[in-house]
Amino acid sequence: MIIKSIIAFLLMSTFVALVAPQISTAADQQELTVSAAISLKNAFEEIGKLFEAAHKGVKVDFNFGASGDLVRQIEGGAPVDVFASAAQKDMDEAEKKGLVLPDSRINFAGNSVVLITPANSKIPIKTFQDLGLNQVEKIAAGNPKTVPAGRYAEEVFVYFKLLTAIKEKLIYAENVRQVLDYVARGEVDAGVVYTTDAMVKAKDIRIVATAPEESHKPVIYPAAVVKGTNKEILAKAFVSVLISEEGKKVLERYGFKLIKSVQ
Amino acid sequence: MLFSLRLSLQVAAVATFFIIIVGITIAYFLARRNFSGKELLDVLFTLPLVLPPTVTGYYLIILFGRNGFIGKQIYAWTGWGIMFTWYAAALASFVVALPLMIKTTRAAIESVDKNLINASYTLGHSEFETTLRVILPLAKKGIIAGAVLSFARALGEFGATLMVAGNITGKTDTVPLAIYSLASSGEWSRANLMVIFFTLLSGLFLYIANKLNKGII
Repeated sequence: MIIKSIIAFLLMSTFVALVAPQISTAADQQELTVSAAISLKNAFEEIGKLFEAAHKGVKVDFNFGASGDLVRQIEGGAPVDVFASAAQKDMDEAEKKGLVLPDSRINFAGNSVVLITPANSKIPIKTFQDLGLNQVEKIAAGNPKTVPAGRYAEEVFVYFKLLTAIKEKLIYAENVRQVLDYVARGEVDAGVVYTTDAMVKAKDIRIVATAPEESHKPVIYPAAVVKGTNKEILAKAFVSVLISEEGKKVLERYGFKLIKSVQ
Repeated sequence: MLFSLRLSLQVAAVATFFIIIVGITIAYFLARRNFSGKELLDVLFTLPLVLPPTVTGYYLIILFGRNGFIGKQIYAWTGWGIMFTWYAAALASFVVALPLMIKTTRAAIESVDKNLINASYTLGHSEFETTLRVILPLAKKGIIAGAVLSFARALGEFGATLMVAGNITGKTDTVPLAIYSLASSGEWSRANLMVIFFTLLSGLFLYIANKLNKGII
């Protein structure tokens, strides 16, 4: 009987100890939720820290994923304050559906599309066209329906007139970092990701080719404040950081292209 | 949609087939034998039941991925890999649904009247014969219940399947995966169709299974 009471007491105190910190911090801390394309992960995490340092008492929560999935979440009422996607298309959809404040929308970075293979791959792939080789059995790319990198990849395949030849070899991933992971682990023979993603796993992969700019729509990342946020000022502040000198330095360090036009 | 349905049934059927064979065997030894480490083995086999499917998927990748412990050897010997094939989907379903079969079958076998089993031995029957003609028939209800539960679980497998088989349209997109894709890309009307159809189908299987169970007394 005593043992049972002791165990019950321990369980309850553990529960309270785990929950209590969250209750107290929610009261005196502001949380900003940012949904961003997963290719922005490393750069944004650092920008998040910069923002928190400049805004005491603010905590930035990131929600990374494929831009298409993120739009779906916001559409479903996810309590997000800022949205940053890897393509104009997803932001256009968000704007059309009245999910973001149009006046807050800006472009803040660019990227390029590269073809990568596992670092120790023995298949001689030197160009996109080599994807048609018989030795290439599996090619990873984002799902064009939800992943901007997948759409860009498809555009590149179409540009090089490869789509029909490699259609059977395509393995669609849920987001661009999953494509990177498949290639890094050697599960596939090649994959299409952004230059910035390739930098993250430089040791496990090899960049074999960069897609020419005319082979796909320009990769320009937009960001905007989500409609319905109750932290509009803070959200706008975050978006401004992306085009500030500090923000640009971070983005540049992670391999993103700086773009001249902002709107 | 038809492809996904056919694929789901195929994957679940193959997985359940092996689950029945392997499940009954393991359940028998857990029920009828005593050896050190038995309960630890039981825990090991039951783990996929309580672990999140993503953890199970993670272990499967570590074991069967291109550079996994087992996958590496398979690739070295045959140049073939299980990842991104429907076999991987069947494997994922097998692993997550096996515990259900083992648990229900073990309980069913343990509840068989030991007097009847002993009687069979005293009449000169071997263990194998006794198992086949006395124990299993008496444990039939539990075994069938286990098989139905396993089939249903195999049919609905999502997390581990997504990780090892991927979601390749026309190759590995089982119904749960297809619905996930449709929902992700906002194709709600097509998703609705699949969801309703799948719900009715699953309900039908359950109904048939219940009837089968009752009819065998």
